[in-house]
Amino acid sequence: MLARTLEDAGLSTILVTMMPFWAEKIGVPRTLAVEFPFGQTLGRAHDAAQQMRVLRQCLGILTHADRPGEIVHSSESWPQPLEEAQKLWQPRQPSPIIAELGPHIREILRERRRRNAE
Amino acid sequence: MPVDSFRYLPRIIAAFYKATEREPELPIPWTPLPRPVEECIFGLVTSGGLYHSGSEPPFDIERERKEPTWGDPTFRTIPTDVDLHEIRISHLHINQEMVLEDINVLLPIDRMRELVRAEEIGGLAEFAYSFMGFQGYPPDASAWREVYGPHVADRLLSEGVQCVLLTPT
Repeated sequence: MLARTLEDAGLSTILVTMMPFWAEKIGVPRTLAVEFPFGQTLGRAHDAAQQMRVLRQCLGILTHADRPGEIVHSSESWPQPLEEAQKLWQPRQPSPIIAELGPHIREILRERRRRNAE
Repeated sequence: MPVDSFRYLPRIIAAFYKATEREPELPIPWTPLPRPVEECIFGLVTSGGLYHSGSEPPFDIERERKEPTWGDPTFRTIPTDVDLHEIRISHLHINQEMVLEDINVLLPIDRMRELVRAEEIGGLAEFAYSFMGFQGYPPDASAWREVYGPHVADRLLSEGVQCVLLTPT
């Protein structure tokens, strides 16, 4: 959303995200997709080499992208075992909205699917 | 291999997201790069809930705790010559300690300075801007779009910025 607003104002933007799913649905001008745990957008902590590779890929996209909505998928990998990484990025306490919606989430999903099917 | 957006998400949240019907509003905005990146001044914008302790308050997570469907839409300003240890985070949706271990994973001030020194980019703006990514449920980005986003855009343009790196969480 912010990328669109800034681009609209005359700035050339590059977004790095774990969720190219949303970037596509929102219509982000230029995106680098990374398969990293949430919160670790540019790579592992204290891994300057990896952070730099991600940033240089951003510079490449800014230079070469020639159509709005461009999404480039990074081949950078995350070395931690999946289950460990899945747990580590999450807050110790569920966020307030998850705590509130959690018990109802299956119900909301069913309702949404029913509406989409109609 | 394309990036799997759902790899690190709990299964139920992934299912929740996948059920979202949404099409991008067209046309997608586009500002061509005005000059080679080596000559561009870069701005940094994150939605990681970062703030500069001592000069600005945290995001209003106390209100979010009381009103879980509300998210703070305002932004914080972080000088890019800051001591990184003075940066804090107020974001209830991620493990804050993981980010504080190395702020560069969200706000790559050290890396950008290195790129400036190597003459791979033209410069780094005087200030970075930080938002808090959770914009309520159902998500409502209208305050970002109409008020705070344009405000930050004006400030970046007045600092002579051409390119912006956005780092959500």
